[in-house]
Amino acid sequence: MHSPDVYGLMAEFADPNELVAAAHRAHHEGYRRMDAYSPLPIEELHEAIGFHNTRLPLIVLIGGIVGGLAGYLLQWWASAVAYPLNVGGKPFHSWPAFIPVTFECTILGAALSAVFGMLALNGLPQPYHPVFNVPRFTLASRSGFFLCIEARDGKFDLSRTRAFLETLGATEVTTVAD
Amino acid sequence: MALRQTADELIPELRRYQRQLLLAGAAGAVVSFVGYVLNPAQFFQSYLMAYMFVLGLSLGSLALGMVHQLSGGAWGVVIRRPIGAAARVLPALTVMFLPIAFGMHHLYEWTHADVVANDPILQGKQLYLNTPFFLVRAAIYFAAWNGISFLLNRWSLEQDRTGDRRLSRRMQLLSGGGLLAYGLLTTFAAFDWMMSLAPHWFSTIYGVLIIGGQALSAMAFLIVVLVWLSRRKPLSDIVVASHFHDLANLMLAFVMLWAYFSFSQYLIIWSGNLPEEITWYMHRLQPGWRLVALLLVVFHFAVPFVLLLSRAVKREPDTIMKVAAAILVARLIDLFWLIAPEFHQDGVYVSWMDVALPLTLVSLWLGCFMWQLRGRAILPVYDPQFEEALGPIIDQGGETPRTAH
Repeated sequence: MHSPDVYGLMAEFADPNELVAAAHRAHHEGYRRMDAYSPLPIEELHEAIGFHNTRLPLIVLIGGIVGGLAGYLLQWWASAVAYPLNVGGKPFHSWPAFIPVTFECTILGAALSAVFGMLALNGLPQPYHPVFNVPRFTLASRSGFFLCIEARDGKFDLSRTRAFLETLGATEVTTVAD
Repeated sequence: MALRQTADELIPELRRYQRQLLLAGAAGAVVSFVGYVLNPAQFFQSYLMAYMFVLGLSLGSLALGMVHQLSGGAWGVVIRRPIGAAARVLPALTVMFLPIAFGMHHLYEWTHADVVANDPILQGKQLYLNTPFFLVRAAIYFAAWNGISFLLNRWSLEQDRTGDRRLSRRMQLLSGGGLLAYGLLTTFAAFDWMMSLAPHWFSTIYGVLIIGGQALSAMAFLIVVLVWLSRRKPLSDIVVASHFHDLANLMLAFVMLWAYFSFSQYLIIWSGNLPEEITWYMHRLQPGWRLVALLLVVFHFAVPFVLLLSRAVKREPDTIMKVAAAILVARLIDLFWLIAPEFHQDGVYVSWMDVALPLTLVSLWLGCFMWQLRGRAILPVYDPQFEEALGPIIDQGGETPRTAH
């Protein structure tokens, strides 16, 4: 059981390989509510903490389709409805000419929905987060590798989880105030 | 260490497959010869299509190998040896070009003196489109392609024996110039052997359209081979989902590149709508052939594109192998659509030789590929990138997180 003013336990590791190994062990041990922090992207890390699928690909797909349709319809409306212009005797609705802009609009829609979808799913921007209460956490954007097991995890126990993290080779284990 | 043994020692069935494929190829050659006797014109048309397909497998592999020399990355390390074996089929492909040289008169209108005499446009092009210069150019292409492939393969073999890392630098230097030469020479080879089937027509993007197709053919083939090899030791311990993911992403890029080149050519010619350009498409988009074109839009672009967007498809070896194999079939249909309508302008016509000759040449090509694959270690163990890309797995016997999932 945990007291309500504890967010979780933060363990610091010396290098990315130790962090990945620790995340694997913690996941294997049955911990699920945890997050890892690293100054550089680590390919294996998200799988190590058991983080599999997000809804982001679906959002990007929908964004791309909406962008493409909007781009095509805009051209169709301009060239065939609002301002029909005879170009080289071609039909007003000439799909080959519309493809480049449709393609660009698809990419635009997909890219914008990727960025904003990612921010929305991450809950960013987030001016306050409990992990900021750990003084050494500023190193997470420079040279520190952190694994935080959160108190809302069913298996979380302040003393036993701390002991477990210490067996993983953490250089320091800190209690994170909420 | 087992990895330093040759593929022959590790995968004994390669020898059996090589023999069976070469026998099948020889049987196919006999059947195709009957086709040559019955209808030589059709024989050479089908032969050209089949030849361009297998040539694409070798040249595309050579080009991808050079790209990897320059870019690095684990994706190329795991397919380096199949790339080398595919490139080493080039001498056999040089010999297999001879029927095209013999059949020129059946294929290329501009070799007919009486046609040229009545055609001012062809007279204007005669400085380039004439039989001796055509053959000299072919000799130059093959000399350069074979030369690049020979040197890269020899240095790579030398590195296998001695572990000398300076050889890598030499291979990189050659690859820089080699890629440039490959791009230029393959452009002209595409102009000579395929574009000049319609000697009045011209398209400057045609060369890169063929190059993009070769890269796609080679990547699809290499994925099929890697899935096949990864079911056997030792690659089953080494190749993981992320390798297939990277290769499939590259294949997706080549699918899009092909679509981009094909559509660019179409859009420009469609917009201009000039008689000397648009006729090429009119032959290929009349009722019958339009269906083949539609088939290409769907199965050479739309379906693989949508499938390859999915992460699950790219990481599952069985699925990605099926997608790659389907792309290879689409590649052959693309070459069919580029070549056959020139000779069958009344509508779609598929000869039995359009099936027999690709089967024959693919069997022969695969037999040579197996033969070349056997002689060397299955991975470039001494390559400086090897440890960086795959090293930890070898050292720790698969205990690292990379293989744990």
